[in-house]
Amino acid sequence: MTPLTGYLIVAALIFAIGLAGALTRRNAIMVLIGIELMLNAANLNLIAFWRYSPHPELLTGMMFAIFSIAVAAAEAAVGLGLVISIYRHAKTADVEQMNRMKG
Amino acid sequence: MDFVFYLISAFAVGGALAAVLLKNLVHAALALTIAFFGLALLFLRLDAQFAGFAQILVYVGAVAILVVFAILLTKGSEVPREGVFSKSWFAGLAIAAGVFAVLARAVLQAAPSLPNQTAVPAVTVNDIGNALMSRYVLPLEIIAVLLTAALLGAVIVAMHEKERAKQ
Repeated sequence: MTPLTGYLIVAALIFAIGLAGALTRRNAIMVLIGIELMLNAANLNLIAFWRYSPHPELLTGMMFAIFSIAVAAAEAAVGLGLVISIYRHAKTADVEQMNRMKG
Repeated sequence: MDFVFYLISAFAVGGALAAVLLKNLVHAALALTIAFFGLALLFLRLDAQFAGFAQILVYVGAVAILVVFAILLTKGSEVPREGVFSKSWFAGLAIAAGVFAVLARAVLQAAPSLPNQTAVPAVTVNDIGNALMSRYVLPLEIIAVLLTAALLGAVIVAMHEKERAKQ
């Protein structure tokens, strides 16, 4: 097994764990935690491909990962703001009880 | 493949598993911090120092704290009586296992044709700064606008509206 394969398998494992968390947990914050884990697994893929690529001096994968970290930070801020807003309105953070589109 | 890689990977995967499985949300957030830290160590091991330290600053320093704030503001630290997993947990688990099986099969099948450059890339933070200011300056500006808009939006969404509360 080459080093790149090992990193890709670890990234796939973390992605699957994050997906399982996002799909099975009731609390909306835990769904966001699962999404963050999936984004991190994608970043690990990008960095690993950058490291073992024939032209790492072009910095393509590295830049992609840095911009992805910035977008993930924005996503976390908006997502948690939405969870707090919904909690204030519906008095719950349970996604199974959030079943009305009308407020 | 060496011992250090397996150790850090076990650290990151164990943190991620604990973050998803722990019942108490505050404990889950702490386990999430461990997973982020393990991933930052993996970045450092991949000779991506800038991305590794950015990961520690942004995820361990900001996102994890934000998650803890949200948990405490929504009283999420109490374990609910009806359980923490949804009614359709088995379907979610099956989908996640299927996705992992597909990804792992694709990686193992493509393994012989994957690039395998063993030389350490000679890239300094100086090069990254130059690239950000020359070739990638437009994405950088767009990210700056996106971050500003997202932070303003998060504040407006989470802001308490007194007039509406009175109605």
